[in-house]
Amino acid sequence: MDEITRGFIRAIELILELNPEVIEVTLRSFLIALSSVTIASLINVPLGSLIYFHHFPGRSGLINLIQTLYSIPTVTVGLFVFLLISREGPLGSCGLLYTPYGMIIGQSVLITPVILGLTISALSNVSDDLRDTAISLGADRFQTIRTVIAEARGPVLAALLLGFGRALSEVGVAMMIGGNIRGYTRVLTTAIALETSMGNLEMSIALGLILISIALVVNTVVGRLQEW
Amino acid sequence: MIQLEDVSVERNGRQILKDINIEVRTGETLGIIGPTGAGKTTLLRVMDLIEVPSKGRVLFRGEAPKNESEKLAARRRIGVVFQRPLMLRGTVYDNVAYGLRIRRLSKDEIDKRVKAALSDVGLEGYERRPARMLSGGEMQRVALARALAISPEILLLDEPTANLDPRTSYVIEDLISSAKMRGMTVVISTHDLPQAVRLADRIVIIMDGRVVSSGSPDLLMGSDSDEVREFLHAGMLRHLDRRFIHELTRISH
Repeated sequence: MDEITRGFIRAIELILELNPEVIEVTLRSFLIALSSVTIASLINVPLGSLIYFHHFPGRSGLINLIQTLYSIPTVTVGLFVFLLISREGPLGSCGLLYTPYGMIIGQSVLITPVILGLTISALSNVSDDLRDTAISLGADRFQTIRTVIAEARGPVLAALLLGFGRALSEVGVAMMIGGNIRGYTRVLTTAIALETSMGNLEMSIALGLILISIALVVNTVVGRLQEW
Repeated sequence: MIQLEDVSVERNGRQILKDINIEVRTGETLGIIGPTGAGKTTLLRVMDLIEVPSKGRVLFRGEAPKNESEKLAARRRIGVVFQRPLMLRGTVYDNVAYGLRIRRLSKDEIDKRVKAALSDVGLEGYERRPARMLSGGEMQRVALARALAISPEILLLDEPTANLDPRTSYVIEDLISSAKMRGMTVVISTHDLPQAVRLADRIVIIMDGRVVSSGSPDLLMGSDSDEVREFLHAGMLRHLDRRFIHELTRISH
């Protein structure tokens, strides 16, 4: 028990004294997760709008599949992306394995179902009457889509933030694709796993506290955004 | 101005409108009356080219819009106020300016038209207010300003005074009368018979999705049809009931 208490105290000291390793790992995690969300949102918000505004055979089946993939295990995505970018894979020549770029691709794939599904759901929650109001005021198809997206901007932003939270807190992709290389691909989650296995509890707790704080902030902002 | 030829609308196996033939003439005020659920809202949605009829065709200025861009061009000359108008995100100004911005008018022109439309509906000084925080009556007036700001050739009004207090109803009726005086073509759907008689040059009675009669208010009052007479008398009776209750409330106060 004493060891855990001492670990907590030392962890707080590490955070307060801005330990270079803690800062470096935190910043890298942030950058990789942020890049993943940016890429995933650039693809999935327009794609989600396309699925919402177009009726085609198998649309509801597709939405069901997307929603089922919300909770896809991170190691499964890790394995899939590993096979894709490993030396023998179709993208092997790009040299992405064990690099932050490979991790960004992996996390973008991981959060795709969440951002895509929640974007569709956010747009579905905008009343049809509102869409009709825009059309009746003379909006063309593109202007109507823009109005509906603007109306759903709170929930769509909340979806992006949830994607950010999932990317930041996942460990499977980061470990399998990044390889947890110190000073290069080590992020909060993989560092926690490693430091704990090495018995360096204070460092694990410090990083864990940062991760929990970020999760708390993300959840609070998501809650606010959904009402926005 | 707008012509409906043999228009039928079927939704989920239910017949909403059946073989409707109506012509809205330029400059007239056409009242569409009928009980709740008769199909009045759907009829207005068909006229606004939002609802595609299952059968028949809609002509705008003698031409049936063939594709989406022709429909859009026609729709941009029509102003609509729905029964429960929805406010878009933003301020009252944003709402009234919406139709003008999407038509890419200049900032000065938008400013001028928004101010004039808000002044017409008696909402000067409301520009910066969040539209969704307004009362029902104020929202109805913003919706009317929003429709008038685009200077439509025809104004479609779906139960514009339903759920409003008598004072606000009179303000809205006054605005409709002014639009009519300016020569605007107006179609007003209502279940309030005296209102239709007050505002319309011609009335169409619609029941169960069918046109049962049409003509001038005087002509309809003397109709031979039992169905029409029954509806008109019931409408008048309800109106008298309301006036009676209103009088009683006034006396008791």
